[in-house]
Amino acid sequence: MRILLDKFCKSFGTTSVIEDMQLEVGSGEMLALLGPSGCGKSTTLFAICGIHRPTSGRILFGDRDVTNLPSQARNVGVVFQSYALYPHMTVEENIGFPLKVKRLATANIKQQVAEIAKLVQIDNLLGRRPGQLSGGQQQRVALARALIRRPDVLLLDEPLANLDAKLRLEMRSEIRRLQRETGITAILVTHDQVEAMSMCDRIAIMNKGEIVQIASPSDMYNDPRTAFVAGFLGNPPISFLKGRAEQGAFVLRDGGLKLPLPALSGIADGTELTLGVRPEHFGVAGGIPVEGRVTFAETQGRENLYDVVLPDGSVLRSIQPVRDDVKPGAQVRWMLDSSSTFVFAEDGRRL
Amino acid sequence: MAEKTAVPTNPASANFSGLPVIGLLTLLSLPLAVMYAYLFIDTISNSQGGSLVPSEFTLEHWRFLWETRPGKPNIWLVTLNTVIFTCCITAVTLTVSSMAGYVLSRLNVPARGFFLAGVMVLHAFPSVTLIIAIFIVLQYLGLYNSLIGVILVKAAIDLPLGIWLMKGFYDTVPWEIEMAGVVDGASRFTVWRRLVLPQIKPAVMALGLFSFLSGWSEFILPQVLAPGARVQVLSVYLAGLIADDNNFDFGTFKAVGVFYVVPVLILYAFFQKHLMNIYGGGTKG
Repeated sequence: MRILLDKFCKSFGTTSVIEDMQLEVGSGEMLALLGPSGCGKSTTLFAICGIHRPTSGRILFGDRDVTNLPSQARNVGVVFQSYALYPHMTVEENIGFPLKVKRLATANIKQQVAEIAKLVQIDNLLGRRPGQLSGGQQQRVALARALIRRPDVLLLDEPLANLDAKLRLEMRSEIRRLQRETGITAILVTHDQVEAMSMCDRIAIMNKGEIVQIASPSDMYNDPRTAFVAGFLGNPPISFLKGRAEQGAFVLRDGGLKLPLPALSGIADGTELTLGVRPEHFGVAGGIPVEGRVTFAETQGRENLYDVVLPDGSVLRSIQPVRDDVKPGAQVRWMLDSSSTFVFAEDGRRL
Repeated sequence: MAEKTAVPTNPASANFSGLPVIGLLTLLSLPLAVMYAYLFIDTISNSQGGSLVPSEFTLEHWRFLWETRPGKPNIWLVTLNTVIFTCCITAVTLTVSSMAGYVLSRLNVPARGFFLAGVMVLHAFPSVTLIIAIFIVLQYLGLYNSLIGVILVKAAIDLPLGIWLMKGFYDTVPWEIEMAGVVDGASRFTVWRRLVLPQIKPAVMALGLFSFLSGWSEFILPQVLAPGARVQVLSVYLAGLIADDNNFDFGTFKAVGVFYVVPVLILYAFFQKHLMNIYGGGTKG
């Protein structure tokens, strides 16, 4: 079902958290709300499930205006970060609770619980209590409980934050599989860009209560609208160089590096600029040579990560296939692929 | 429930012997133990004046169980009154505190701060100072010398502690459980009844026991507000025995005392673990 937030505002007391947000999630789509903590993404999620009432604006599920409906009347499924399973109930009772509240017949509940438990692959654990389950299993129970009502929208509030790295990988594809199989509209709240990029059809990146950009993961990675977006996506993160415009080229502060960039034509000389260089675009391939000293090297098995300090003190990161000829302290002259860099104005806007 | 009840057979730790400690404690508690022992021994025996050694076994002090003494109410009626009195107090305290505690902990009610402070002040208020005013009120309402009247008064006086305790326990229940319940479609009442209340079951047990014991041992309120023969409770009956100068019988007094204390001992034996919840890790308000 399509979800629409129309001019949504939320403030707590006098503190305004979200102002005039416009967000549409297509039917069957999985959208990530990505942003640093405190940017209002959880507030948005709680407004959609009805725990917070919007200060102003409308929330629509399909064509139905649910702005003033309480949670109970909204038909949403939520997976909380802490899972919020009911500790005194068995797994079966936990999953069946939303149906029990609706006063469905016991046999009917039992059958539906069995079906959904099979879908999330916990049908052998129905008799246990949450305390006797591992983190991943609890997560599956929480998912099953959220899905059993066949909700209009599935909301996931940092669902993977409490899992260890390996489980996280597994649950990532598991959640995506469930979402695809059930065809449900889903919204994922996360601060982890890897989660957002790997699980979702589109990402809405938020900062300070505003949506900065909505795009598919690859579009957003390759075409960030602001420096904030570029800095948030990508692992290892992008590195930024400060400089200014000079005759259609980006020049480092001390003049040590000069990059002619087509985006800079028509920009006045002396304009303060920021250049973003992703680690994969600084290394063996590229057109502009850059000299610097390696201060940090980290091997990640398949690739090596280097920090290179330029003469003016700014740092460029480089990721390259494993090589063992470069040690920290070494003076290097690596190539920068200027066509893949991003240049941002002083206010963070991409040029 | 019974997983952690393994009593260490040897109380001494690996570092030092427990014997001196046990010896010292035995010595210190000996006077108490002797007194309790004689409380019981005196009820089933007679001894010569001035002697500590009983001279004959007798059940005459326990006669009050099967024959009603002149001028005194029947002991079983008194016991029944005490049970009703205590159970009603427990029921009222539990019902009201578990609901009021939830409201103060979770719901956004007007004047919440005022109520919290009020409950605290009432808890600290010495109830005896109110007794004359309460007497007049009950008299006026026609509840003087009735069990209902004294039950209401006693429950009301116990409530602040109960509410405060319950609030403290509710505060420890994670908000997410409630959010999950609401999102799952449950009404706020269902959430409280089916999801939140079970989380604080130990606290409810503890408060129930606590108010049961407090009701069972209450003396001053029934003495003043319900002294009549038909509504007497055991504590008042016991006091009546010792106040009766005409047929003073110390053996019977002790026997009634033992009779009065046995239910409490049984409760302690079975439920002391729950009671520890209140004294041990209760209020986090």
